[in-house]
Amino acid sequence: MTEHTLAMDILQYTISGLTVGVIYAMVALGYNIIYNVTEIINFAQGEFVMLGGLFAAFFVGTFGMPIHFAFFSAVFTTACVGLIMERFVIRRARNTGVLSLIIITIAISIMLKGSAMLWWGKDPYSLPPFSSGGPIMIGGAALQPQALWIFGVSALVVLLLTLFFRRSVYGKAMLACADNPGAARMVGIPVRQMVLLSFILSAAIGAAAGVVITPISMMEYDRGAMLGLKGFGAAVLGGLGQFFGALVAGAILGLAESFCAGYLSSGYKDAVALVLLLLALFFKPEGIFGSGEAAKLKKF
Amino acid sequence: MNRKDWLLFLGVGLFIGVFPLVVLQFKAVSHYVDVMIFAGIFSLVCLGLSMLMGFAGQISMAQAAFFGIGAYASGILTSRFGLNPWAAMPVGVALSASVAWLIGIPTLRLKGHYLAMATLGFGVIVHIILGEEVEWTGGPSGLVDIPGLSLFGRPVTNDVHWYYLVWGIVFLALVFCLHVIHSRVGRALRAIHEEETAAEAMGVPTARFKLQVFVLSAVFAAVAGSLYTHYVTCLNPGSFNLMWSIRFLLMVMVGGMRSLWGAIMGTVLLTFVGNEWLQVFADFEVLIYGAILLVVAMFFPGGLVSLVPRWPGPRKDPIPAASDGGS
Repeated sequence: MTEHTLAMDILQYTISGLTVGVIYAMVALGYNIIYNVTEIINFAQGEFVMLGGLFAAFFVGTFGMPIHFAFFSAVFTTACVGLIMERFVIRRARNTGVLSLIIITIAISIMLKGSAMLWWGKDPYSLPPFSSGGPIMIGGAALQPQALWIFGVSALVVLLLTLFFRRSVYGKAMLACADNPGAARMVGIPVRQMVLLSFILSAAIGAAAGVVITPISMMEYDRGAMLGLKGFGAAVLGGLGQFFGALVAGAILGLAESFCAGYLSSGYKDAVALVLLLLALFFKPEGIFGSGEAAKLKKF
Repeated sequence: MNRKDWLLFLGVGLFIGVFPLVVLQFKAVSHYVDVMIFAGIFSLVCLGLSMLMGFAGQISMAQAAFFGIGAYASGILTSRFGLNPWAAMPVGVALSASVAWLIGIPTLRLKGHYLAMATLGFGVIVHIILGEEVEWTGGPSGLVDIPGLSLFGRPVTNDVHWYYLVWGIVFLALVFCLHVIHSRVGRALRAIHEEETAAEAMGVPTARFKLQVFVLSAVFAAVAGSLYTHYVTCLNPGSFNLMWSIRFLLMVMVGGMRSLWGAIMGTVLLTFVGNEWLQVFADFEVLIYGAILLVVAMFFPGGLVSLVPRWPGPRKDPIPAASDGGS
C-alpha cells in the first residue's frame, strides 16, 4: 500500500501537465514557423496534429507498420497536406487581405476536420506506446515511458529548429522573408519556396506532436480546434516567433490546466488555457519573452 | 435609405409577406415556413455580424456565444424563475451587451488574426460554461420546459404567426441598420474598414465606434437567441459552439459581406442548405461548408450580391465596391 499524499498529487499533476504542455508547445512551434516567414496565423495548425495522430493509427492499424516507421510515415503524409494547402490555396490567396486569409485557413481547418470524420469516423483511435514497459514510479507518481518520448521528441525538434533558423542558410533566408519579402526577393531568396517550406515544416511538426501524444490521450477527428487554440495560447504567451518562449509558455499552460483539473474542476480545464490566452492578448500581446520594442513593429 | 434600398425593401417585403401564403398551398413544401422562421432568427445574428465585419471590418468568431447568452438568459429566467418571455428578453439582451462591452474594450484593440483568435477563444469559453454550469443550464443534456411566446395575451403557437413575428423584427432591425450605414456613423465605419489609422487621423473616434458596433452585433444576436429559445423551447450547448460561429460567418460571406441585403440572402440560402437540402449528406455537411467558405473567400470575396448586375439608374451606389482592405 502506498500512502497518498499531497506531495505525490502535486508531482503527478506536474508530470501530466508538463507532458501535455510540451504538446501545446509543439503546436505553438508550428504557428511560429509560418508566422516567422509569412506573418500569417494558420488556423488549421491544430488539424495537422489531429491528422498526424490519425494517420499514424491508420498506418499501424491497416498496414501493420511498426510504430516508429508509422511515425515518420504520418509526419511525411501530413507534411504533404501542408504542401498542398500552401501550393494550391494559400499561394493563390496571398494578396487578398488579412480577413480573407483568416477565413481561408478556417475553411481549410473545417475541411480537414470534415474529411477526417468521413475517413475515420467519430471514434477515437489509439496507438501502441513507442516503447514497452510499465510506468516508472517517481516518489509515488507514475511517469509513462511515452511521456519521456514526448519530452525527447520535442526537445529534439526545438534544438533542430533553433539550429536551422540560426545557422543554416535556408533558416536565415526564411527569417528574411518575414522581415521584408520584397528585400528578400531582391537579394535572391526564393520567397515562394520559403513560404512553401514553412508550411511543410509546421505541418510536419504538428503531425509529430499528434503521433507522440496519441498513445497517451488517443486521437479523434474533432480534437484539432482545441489543440490549435491552446497551441496558439502558448505561442502568444511565449511571444510569437520565439521558439524557447513557446516551450516555456506551453509548459505553463499545461501545468495550469493539469492543476485546475486536479484541484478545481475537470470540466473547466479546457477553459484555463483559453482564459490565459485572452489575458495574454489583452495585457501582453508581445508575450513573456517577446520584447515590447519588437512588438511595436508587429500588427496585433 | 436611398431609392435602391426602398425598392429592394418593397420587393423583399412583398416576397417575405406572401411566402407562407404560397408555400402553404403545397403540402410537400409547407414546412418551409418553419425553415424560414429559423432563417429569420439567424438573419438577425447575421445583420449584426455584417455591420461588424462587412462595414467596420472587424472579424468576430464569437457570435454564437452572444446568441447563446441571449438564448440561455431567456431560457433560464422563464423556465426556472417563471418570468414572462418579453421581460426575460431585455435581461438577456442587456447581459449580452454588457459582456460584449467588457470583452470588446480589450479585444477590439487587437487586429486581424489576433482579433479572430481572441473572439474565437471567448466563444469557446462561453460554450464550455454553458456545458459545465449544469445547475443553471442543464449542461449537455439540455434545458427543457421553456415556455413559448405569447402576444397580446394569446400564445403564439401557429408557425405562420411566428413567421410574421420573426420577420417583422428582422425588418425593423434592417431599417435601423440601413439608416446607420447611410449616416455619418456608417461612413465612419467604412473608413475604419478601409484604413484605421487614416480614419483616426480624420477625427473618427475609431475605438468608440468599433465598440459600439460590436455591442450592437451582440444585442442583435441576443434578441435572436431569445426568439430561438421560445420557438424551439429546449436548448442544448451544441447549438452555440464554434461551428455555429463559423456558420454565421459563412452566411454573411456567401451573401456578401458589404451588403445587409446580402447578409439576409446568404442566411436564407444557407439555412435552407443546412436544414433542408444537406440533411441527406449529414456527414458531408462540415466538409461542404468548408468548401463553400473556401470558394467564396478565394473567388467571390464580394459574395452573391457582387454577382448581381449593377443597379441601373442615375444614382451611384454610395457603398464602395467590395475590396478587402486589411483589418
